[in-house]
Amino acid sequence: MSLGNIFDIAGSGMTAQSLRLNTTASNIANAETASSSTDETYRARKPVFAAIQQDMMNQDGFGSGWGPGSAASAGVQVEGVIESDAQLQMRYEPNHPAANEDGYVYYPNVNVVEEMADMMSSSRSFEMNVDVMNTAKSMMQRILTLGQS
Amino acid sequence: MAINFNNALGVHEQAVNLRIQRAEVLANNLANADTPGFKARDIDFRAALGAAEAQSQGLAMTRTDDQHIDTAAAMSERAALMYRNPHQPSLDGNTVDAQQEQARFMRNAMDFQASFQFLNSKFTGLSKAITGE
Repeated sequence: MSLGNIFDIAGSGMTAQSLRLNTTASNIANAETASSSTDETYRARKPVFAAIQQDMMNQDGFGSGWGPGSAASAGVQVEGVIESDAQLQMRYEPNHPAANEDGYVYYPNVNVVEEMADMMSSSRSFEMNVDVMNTAKSMMQRILTLGQS
Repeated sequence: MAINFNNALGVHEQAVNLRIQRAEVLANNLANADTPGFKARDIDFRAALGAAEAQSQGLAMTRTDDQHIDTAAAMSERAALMYRNPHQPSLDGNTVDAQQEQARFMRNAMDFQASFQFLNSKFTGLSKAITGE
């Protein structure tokens, strides 16, 4: 039975979405951290998702031909977190303690509106994976009652 | 008369198995709803069930020579995973429509319950026959 795989798949989805939520939280929290040079300024972070490629047929021992093909993938993985290379915001604030000699401070390239949209999207996707897991759980519980009258 | 489980359980055993496999494929689509370039997949249930049935009934032919046509492979090809045609293409190449996939997943879970109910009542019938009630 491959119902157990669904837990892995939905679990990997939940991990990926919560990491996305984490980077979003970090971006929003740092949206206003100014600094005096471009090197020290926080840059928006984005996770990169990729499907996990896996040979499901070999894994659960279906030797003979039928069923979902061998090129199926199982779940999602986070390949890494990249920093956005969008332009940093340069503002003229001579009174800011971090201002450079010309009076400019650098603000991160975080787009708060975009981050909020990302946050909604990842929380919805997380809920979706929770739903999948709940359904798989009730399917499995049904299986366990097989033969009971 | 010996009890033959293959005859007694009928198609429902394979149906339950295939419903589980399909649930796995759909769950994978949902998990990858935000993966760039991911293509949503599904299995052709009718073809897959047909192939599973033929196999369990021993209709598979034996190949005595390498040049014979591999009928089992042809069947599994029909039952293989297929790609969905997206209604709305997205910029990142992902073809998962989360709402549709969720609807299909739910529908599949319901169909699973139906198949399971049939399978369960087959067992109930068998045990009634054994105890002679």
